[in-house]
Amino acid sequence: MVKVMVYPPTSMILADLVERMGHEALVVSKEVRKKVNTIGLDSPPLNMTPEDPKKGLKYAAVDVPSGVRGRMALFGPMIEEANAAIVIKGNSCTLGCTGCARTNELTRFLLRTKRIPILELDYPTDDAEAKRFVHKIRQFLEGLK
Amino acid sequence: MRVTKYVVTSQDSDVLPSDIAMKIYESGHEINIKETCFGVIIDGEEDDIKETVNEIRAIDPNNIFIKDRGFPPGDSRRCRGYRGGGARPGFYMIEYESKILPLISQGLASDELDEEISVPEEKKRPSVERIEELIKEEFS
Repeated sequence: MVKVMVYPPTSMILADLVERMGHEALVVSKEVRKKVNTIGLDSPPLNMTPEDPKKGLKYAAVDVPSGVRGRMALFGPMIEEANAAIVIKGNSCTLGCTGCARTNELTRFLLRTKRIPILELDYPTDDAEAKRFVHKIRQFLEGLK
Repeated sequence: MRVTKYVVTSQDSDVLPSDIAMKIYESGHEINIKETCFGVIIDGEEDDIKETVNEIRAIDPNNIFIKDRGFPPGDSRRCRGYRGGGARPGFYMIEYESKILPLISQGLASDELDEEISVPEEKKRPSVERIEELIKEEFS
């Protein structure tokens, strides 16, 4: 079983396909769950804890907007843990907490520089593309050891 | 550790959220279930959820999609009932991907049957000669 980071990290389709094929999908909700289940005075994840900016600073400089550093506090440990990644290229699917373009650029850059197997795809728009999409993901995941 | 998951059904599926809920009740696991318009939210101990996920997927393997959720169902920090209505954070991604689910279901079905995958035609840049021809056609 390989730890596969999916991007966008909130993607249901990618996470489902990864877990279907018997691997572990690294998604942001698992990171949020760790914070929700850790009871403390700071009542995370609505508030940043003093530890979060420190984690974010490991990936982005102090003059980078705090939103990027806050997001990187969640995405950074996932990138470090990942043994492979599936990335959706287009930005139309990055919604909600993944709606920060600079964080998306930084995350994709860090994944590429990590030198792990990466599969880059676009979301399908018709039947033929969907077949290729699922087939490519299956082939990629079967090739991981 | 307690784990929460979304179970989302594709638009092409004949399975209703109530069918999934009934299946979970039948399994006898101690799991909280919340029915929603797009599927169900399940919350329980990790081992119970793992078994349940496999059972749910078996109902309609190509049309049921499962995703992790950070917050438990009805959490006051996310539940619309406590926040004065409006879409819950995270809804937009599910809404976006729900539209693609019928395509993914077809892709999974085709992959299961090992159907031949068509290779898209490669887009080539027109040659200089072809561009000259186009210019002549346009301006002559």
